[in-house]
Amino acid sequence: MSTLPIFADESWRLPSRGRVGMFSLIIGESGIFTIFVVAYIYYIGRSVSGPTPQILEVPIFNSICLLSSSLTIVLAEHAIQHGLLKRFALWWALTMALGIEFLAGTAIEWRKLIFEDHLTIRTNLFGTTFYSLVGLHATHVLVGLVGLTLVMIFTLAGRVNQGHAGRIQVLALYWHFVDAVWVVVFTVVYIVGK
Amino acid sequence: MADQTFPIPGAVDATRPRAGLLEWLHSWVVTVDHKKLGILYIVYAIFFLLVAGAEAMAIRIQLAIPHNHFVSPEVYNELFTMHGTTMVFLVGMPILFGFANYLVPLMIGARDMAFPRLNAFSFWLTAFGGLMLYFSFIGGFGSYGVGNAPDVGWFAYAPLTARAFSPGHSTDYWALSLIVSGFGTLGTAINIIATALSMRCKGMTLMRMPLFVWLLLVVSGMTLVTITPLTAAQVMLLIDRYLGGHFFDAQAGGSPIVWLHFFWIFGHPEVYVLVLPAFAIANEIIPVFSRKAIFGYPAMVAASVGIGFVSMTVWAHHMFTVGMTAVGNAFFVLSTMLVGIPTGIKIFNWLATLWGGKIRFATPMLFCIGFLFQFLIAGLTGIMLSVAPWNWQLHNSYFVIAHFHYVLVGAIVFCIFAAIYYWYPKATGRMLSETLGKWHFWVFLIGFHITFDTMHFVGLLGMPRSIFTYEPDRGWNTLNFIISCGGFVQAVGVLIFAWNLVYSYRRGKAAGNDPWDAWTLEWSTSSPPPDYNFAVDPVVRSRRPLWDIKHPQDPDWKYER
Amino acid sequence: MSMQQRRPLASIRFWLTLIFPSCPGASSALAQGPQSTPSTLAPVTTPAHEIFGLSLFVLLITGTIFVVVGGLLAYALIKFRARNDEDAQHEPAQVYGSLQVELAWTVIPVLIVVVLFLTTARIIFAIQDAPRPKSALEVTVVGHQFWWEFRYPTLGIVTANELHIPVSSGRQPTSTYLKLLSADVDHSFWVPQLGGKTDLIPNHPNEMWLDPRTPGLYLGQCAQFCGVEHAKMLLRVYVDTPQQFDAWVKNQQKPGAQDAAVAAGRRIFETEACMNCHTVTGTAAKGTFGPDLTHLMSRATIASGAADNTPANLRAWIRDPNQFKPGALMPAMQLSDQQIDQLVAYLTTLH
Repeated sequence: MSTLPIFADESWRLPSRGRVGMFSLIIGESGIFTIFVVAYIYYIGRSVSGPTPQILEVPIFNSICLLSSSLTIVLAEHAIQHGLLKRFALWWALTMALGIEFLAGTAIEWRKLIFEDHLTIRTNLFGTTFYSLVGLHATHVLVGLVGLTLVMIFTLAGRVNQGHAGRIQVLALYWHFVDAVWVVVFTVVYIVGK
Repeated sequence: MADQTFPIPGAVDATRPRAGLLEWLHSWVVTVDHKKLGILYIVYAIFFLLVAGAEAMAIRIQLAIPHNHFVSPEVYNELFTMHGTTMVFLVGMPILFGFANYLVPLMIGARDMAFPRLNAFSFWLTAFGGLMLYFSFIGGFGSYGVGNAPDVGWFAYAPLTARAFSPGHSTDYWALSLIVSGFGTLGTAINIIATALSMRCKGMTLMRMPLFVWLLLVVSGMTLVTITPLTAAQVMLLIDRYLGGHFFDAQAGGSPIVWLHFFWIFGHPEVYVLVLPAFAIANEIIPVFSRKAIFGYPAMVAASVGIGFVSMTVWAHHMFTVGMTAVGNAFFVLSTMLVGIPTGIKIFNWLATLWGGKIRFATPMLFCIGFLFQFLIAGLTGIMLSVAPWNWQLHNSYFVIAHFHYVLVGAIVFCIFAAIYYWYPKATGRMLSETLGKWHFWVFLIGFHITFDTMHFVGLLGMPRSIFTYEPDRGWNTLNFIISCGGFVQAVGVLIFAWNLVYSYRRGKAAGNDPWDAWTLEWSTSSPPPDYNFAVDPVVRSRRPLWDIKHPQDPDWKYER
Repeated sequence: MSMQQRRPLASIRFWLTLIFPSCPGASSALAQGPQSTPSTLAPVTTPAHEIFGLSLFVLLITGTIFVVVGGLLAYALIKFRARNDEDAQHEPAQVYGSLQVELAWTVIPVLIVVVLFLTTARIIFAIQDAPRPKSALEVTVVGHQFWWEFRYPTLGIVTANELHIPVSSGRQPTSTYLKLLSADVDHSFWVPQLGGKTDLIPNHPNEMWLDPRTPGLYLGQCAQFCGVEHAKMLLRVYVDTPQQFDAWVKNQQKPGAQDAAVAAGRRIFETEACMNCHTVTGTAAKGTFGPDLTHLMSRATIASGAADNTPANLRAWIRDPNQFKPGALMPAMQLSDQQIDQLVAYLTTLH
């Protein structure tokens, strides 16, 4: 009979639970997006009446903004890792601004679709699938922005330091995911579906 | 053996002075302790097991004789919808997550889950989802007036769920409450994955994790990609119902088939999400009561992961009758049959574990043996159903009902009972009565076989599912009466079980730390374990750390590869 | 194939009957020809026969697996039980696994799957992709909540709930192709003796074919939950001899009877809400929401098989359909007793 053996010398490293958790969430979210994307693709050209995807204008500026926000958030991560708080706050704010621009751009696009092209979610299958898919993505951008804003508030209040780099990277992972999904949505809606 | 204690730090007396009732309730509501949340999940699930069991009894009374008027057609449709939905979402998922919550941290030598607050949040989401579903009985204004539960089947096939065919709010309750509890499920799955990957004690490499943890890891991974399609499909359904969308609207060019695909992309892996934890339980219990290490641990891990992947490709075997092409049908026949291979490997490995052992027939083991026998039959009827042409006959008949109840009751519920008998001593510090346990086992087993064996035959004789009554001249009368009788025998078994839970909580024999002479880490701490589980983080060198302690001259780590 | 396959099937039926003596109606369930139990074990069409033959093959394989694995399980439980307390004190030899053994019992299931899959695939293609004979009769089946509409586009016939098709004999093989549509929700066409089921789904036309070899009445019902009265969406298929079928077609092609003696009832039919939903050819009633009533009295049942087609039942049905089918979509007509009498008198002339 002996006690449990102890190996003090063995190095024992496990993955960060935050990153594992976020990756799991991303896999789960991908499930939701996959279903909406599949529905969109399946219903391309199946509307019996009403406007078609030809009325869409390719949101190039919007997309550039959102995708470059992935770059700015990487720079922010880099800054916080090295403890450069001012630089972090700057890049973080820029990321937020790009995200907000994206949402504003979507709002303008929808306004045109609704009031000029008379396409609403109940008009036809195209409307239903388009607003659902793009709206689902926009909702994720919004959720990401709420997360970014919280960090920004804490940063301005002086509560963020180098020690939080790990957590901030976990949040940044989510933001990267939202950007990556846009690549898929953009391809499906504005290139393949048009 | 029962009162033997090991000199393991962490075996601390956890009893505390009794607090007032309110304080006690408060401690359960605000808890973030994985053990308490695990127990909450299990109690919640057992409560709904009784509710859905009562619904099943009402269904069987109605079907006992032809042209019965025990319940109206409307109520009957609500009953079978709620029975199915409850059993899958409010019994199956919560009870398995309850065991995962309670056991995963203990088995891997951790002090809690990776995200304790997320854990509590997930539980309460699931709990409120269930309450919301049942609130429909009084709050859901439906087509029949006040108080209308969902009545579209647990599969809720479009377009029956469209506003035109399902006015009122009952279908909305179905979709919304499952979305809510689905997010709870998603949270718990994320938590289990993070716990199993990031919280293991020193020395516990992935290939030393108890199989229970391995299987729950696979299940959680599958949950991520199976619950979310259902959530997405239900959001689409709500968009159709509330915003006037056309996802499943045939008039606007939408296709009801799309709902079938989305539902079964969730629905079939869901079966494995439910059955793999049952395997996980058998993987822990069968070796301990055979007194042998599990045979072929790496093969068991590989087979579980294999089942996880293959099960994602089989969904349309629920749709052989919707008019797919011959090639499509053949593909899903093949993928479905392929699941039989890893499943067969598992059954053989369990047999090999029994082989050459010294089998002790305690109640947990009895239930596991029942599981092995019934799961064998369930697997074979599953192969029959995978044969698409035969499936054209059997689909939506009572043969299918018999098959999936063999899986859900014969395999999963039997394993859940085994797990409760096995781990109850750990959670409460008291043994369940063996005498009552054996009564429970035999009564339930006999009732189970009376009911579900007979259902196969009535299905072969052409009785479809979801019917509130049947014509007296169809030759189904006697068989249905037998099925109903069996249902009541099972109900008696469950009542013995419920009595055992209550009785043994007060009068049961003291359990000690390790009543079954088992080998995984949860048996090294006290029963019930202290809040912090282990006073000192354990360190392991093999898959059976307690075996190593008990047999220092012949430990596992000398042999494991 | 029929002669070669029937004989082994007959002997297998005999054994099945012996195995399930406790199964009530087992002998009748396995009998040939039409019967009141819609048994999957008494096939009368080519697809149903092929399915039944395949099912016996699968049953043989799975039965063998069951006996072998179940036997091993029972043997292990008896042989390796802990015999007494003293014996139980010593742990048995620990075996952790064996790669050779694992490989061996992976290969066996793989082989079984290959055999099962190839056999299954052959039958799938044989049934689904069978060439369609030119002479085949075409019937369009439309599922409604909660009744069946049958349209014969080549014969100009519309009827409901009772499908008439010709028998297929060796001398005169005749198959019937059903085109399956739905007017509202999902339904499923299932007459077990005639073959497997196929769903009726809106916006997704399906097809199945039958070639019944024995005349008579075959029973079935809707096999996909379609709402409150799903259980009462019964289905009757009459397989007619060529003479019967021709006579039936001739009768169905006639317009609705115009008997002056029941003109009062006919006027009620044409002035009340009846005509909004029902059709009687030759009158103003051209509704399509409910069953075509032109030859109502040629059918044995009303309400999709929920009640016998008698004047008394017709009267009760018109007064309150909920009596037979709670949840039926036809409203109670709120007619006076006299009006109902006149109406029923009219309906009973519609042969």
